[in-house]
Amino acid sequence: MLAQLGLGIFALTFLLALFSVGAAVAGYFSKSDRWVETARLAMLLTFPLITVGVATLIYLLVTGHYELQYVYSVTSNEMPFYLKITALWGGQAGSLVLWSWLMSAFASAVTLRKWERDRELLPWVIAVTSVTLAFFLALSIFYENPFARWWQTSGGDIVARMFAPAGALPLIPSDGQGLNPLLRHPGMIIHPPMLYLGFVAFVIPFAFAMAALVTGRSDDRWIRLTRRWTLVAWVFLSLGLVLGMRWAYDVLGWGGYWAWDPVEIAALMPWLTGTAFLHSVMIQEKRGMFKQWNMLLIILTYALVIFGTFLTRSGVLSSVHAFSESAIGPMFFVFIGVTFVTSVALLIYRWKDLKAEVEMHSLFSREALFLLNNLLFMGVLIVCFWGVIFPLISELVTGQKVTVGPPFYIRANGPLFGALLALMGIAPLSAWGRSTYKTLGRALWKPSIPTVIVPIVLAILGVRNWVALVGFTLVAFVIFVTLYEFWRAFRKSNLEITKRTQWIVIALLILVTIGFAAWALIDPANWLTPFVSMILTYFMVAIWMLARRNPRRYGGYLIHLSMVVMAIGILGMQVYQTTTQKTLAVGQNIQLAGYTLRYDSLAQFPYTDGRIVTRAVMSVYRGGQYLGNLYPRYDNYPDGQPVTIAGVRSTLSDDLYVVLVNWENVSEAQAPFKVYHNPLINWLWIGSLMFIFGFLVAAWPVSEKENDEGKNES
Amino acid sequence: MKNSLKTGLKGRGKFIIGGGLIMAAIIYLIVSATQANAEYFMTVNELKAKGNTLVGQSLRISGAVIGTTISYNPNTMDLTFDIAHVPGDNAAIEMGGGLAAVLHTAVTDPTRARLTIVYNGPKPDLLRDEAQAIITGHLGDDGIFYADELLLKCPTKYQEAVPSQVSNGN
Repeated sequence: MLAQLGLGIFALTFLLALFSVGAAVAGYFSKSDRWVETARLAMLLTFPLITVGVATLIYLLVTGHYELQYVYSVTSNEMPFYLKITALWGGQAGSLVLWSWLMSAFASAVTLRKWERDRELLPWVIAVTSVTLAFFLALSIFYENPFARWWQTSGGDIVARMFAPAGALPLIPSDGQGLNPLLRHPGMIIHPPMLYLGFVAFVIPFAFAMAALVTGRSDDRWIRLTRRWTLVAWVFLSLGLVLGMRWAYDVLGWGGYWAWDPVEIAALMPWLTGTAFLHSVMIQEKRGMFKQWNMLLIILTYALVIFGTFLTRSGVLSSVHAFSESAIGPMFFVFIGVTFVTSVALLIYRWKDLKAEVEMHSLFSREALFLLNNLLFMGVLIVCFWGVIFPLISELVTGQKVTVGPPFYIRANGPLFGALLALMGIAPLSAWGRSTYKTLGRALWKPSIPTVIVPIVLAILGVRNWVALVGFTLVAFVIFVTLYEFWRAFRKSNLEITKRTQWIVIALLILVTIGFAAWALIDPANWLTPFVSMILTYFMVAIWMLARRNPRRYGGYLIHLSMVVMAIGILGMQVYQTTTQKTLAVGQNIQLAGYTLRYDSLAQFPYTDGRIVTRAVMSVYRGGQYLGNLYPRYDNYPDGQPVTIAGVRSTLSDDLYVVLVNWENVSEAQAPFKVYHNPLINWLWIGSLMFIFGFLVAAWPVSEKENDEGKNES
Repeated sequence: MKNSLKTGLKGRGKFIIGGGLIMAAIIYLIVSATQANAEYFMTVNELKAKGNTLVGQSLRISGAVIGTTISYNPNTMDLTFDIAHVPGDNAAIEMGGGLAAVLHTAVTDPTRARLTIVYNGPKPDLLRDEAQAIITGHLGDDGIFYADELLLKCPTKYQEAVPSQVSNGN
């Protein structure tokens, strides 16, 4: 009964969403506020309805209603309670439900705001979000129904259908298959919703952009209204990507975090256009330029978000071919095609109204550098897109299937990422309008001096790899420029701090200190890691105090800093990762990068949830000194994929990452090990923590007055 | 206007040139990276037909694993096995009765073209008779294929999950 209820609710919501589109459009053309208000209420009603539908599905998941195909495929009796809830997004059908739910939530949040002078935009914002919502609900109802049940037909076949085929009997399995073991990981529990939050939130600026195009409001109002949505969308998307990397590093057991596979690229592409958009809207706000370009960027982002949803779903597919067989593929392409063509047609229709208010004059002005930034992000996007479609093109043209792997992406994107790093250093020092190479040079020489020392010091220390030399020099350059900018701001400012801020800062500092002290006590051998993190945090709190004057600007700089800190980790992995492998008997050693690992023992035991754990103990030495034990293991689930969990010794300078290779004859006498030495990788994760902090600063609410003041200054 | 005349290049000209240079650089990066890193996807028959012209080229080969030829030394991690030709496109596989059936006929047909694969590394669990192997690597002068990466698929493992233990009710 509950399954029918759930589907019934989705069907009702779907109709409501369609109605809301119709009412909004009718309201706009007949200039009838009552119709628009009706559309608004219909939109608002979708949220409680979908929430009931989602709650029904979660109830069915938690209570083990295995007669439902979806429940059967993602839960099982021995799974813990929280995993049964998160199984909601453990498969495609549930992921789509989550998408609809978030879409409805965000659209409702937007609809609830006070519209006042922007009221003419409202019907189109409702129409665009409702169309998107209706599309995803339609997928859930007609193609990927999470409420479909198992039936045994009179012919003996077992099928999944919503309604009983003629003469079929219902089937009620006593247990489910359970969530794919690879997904039973904290990173995988929050990674998909984070990514989806980012994806769905980008629909909001897109909806406003379309509303601006339809109504002919060519000013930057739509950008100002969605500024925070864009930032939130971008941050969640970024965090989703980083969490995905962390999951891959912890669970997939191949020593890396990013493999350039189509799914990862599908999630990266909207991030690239989103990042370009985030930067270029500033130019429209400040200078009234790039209006057409911004429209194009948000249209592209929307199309790539839908495409990314289609390709990523649960995150465990190995090839694009798996989809061509599902009915959902063509639907996605039709939807992407129709929305893309419609929005581009609208853009062309309004093209002349979106002319720039100011001409660009200097190649060295800030707007020109922002344009360059956009071009570079587009470049990376084109590289990624080319890599994904190249096999299709070459097969069509030459009949020969040709693929490109990670080396292609690294080689083509490497210089572009390098140029983006350099730009991150130069752009903050440039001026608007008629900046020349002379004025830019005057601003650059101070931070350039310490930068020049970096490659010299590195070369003396023995760094000979030119990628590392160039990369670390650029990283240092951005750090020096950003610190220099903070220093200049610090000298200019007379810090006026309110009582409330004071208390927040003191409480934060105490909390942070206790946290890091506890961390150091738990793991005293690696005291350096919490210590450095603590210093970094203090530093960031200081910057935050400063950044309150212009949160957007200094928050942005903090995000830049976090990006270069991540770049340190990426460079370390790209240039210096080493690996070795060996089959060992107990007592034998394997050596890598100055470390010696001894295979001490092997244990095999069952765990409460039915998996069999095979775990090796290895002791780690460096220069004869004992550093501790590592426990690489793999878990075999009764009917799932084996999961390899590496043993990792993690410090600020490197990770020692040991994998016990899953092999049927593993024993004390012979066990194959793979060891990876991953220099500097932790800076990638430290950078992502700094990134969250930078976002908090950038999004910190300020009153309109304060904000305007900050604007004049930059 | 005066300003743009002074700079020599009129207004937009320098931006068009600058943008053009950047686009050219991006295109160059894509073309050169594609040429350097293209991996040709081939069946065993196609590889045999082209013969030694492909030596050293990055290739991706698919075929059916012949179980009796698998030999593995756990101490040195040296792994060798033979694969038999399997048609490349999906239509041909469907015609042959699905992947499992196609793999089975490939392995049992002694007239099929075969290729010896050499790999150094842990032996994958899925490497067994009638598994589909997708192997990245290059062809040596000796006609042996030296693999850098093995990807294995067992068709039986990827059948659609349908409940087996069921009880009729309601």
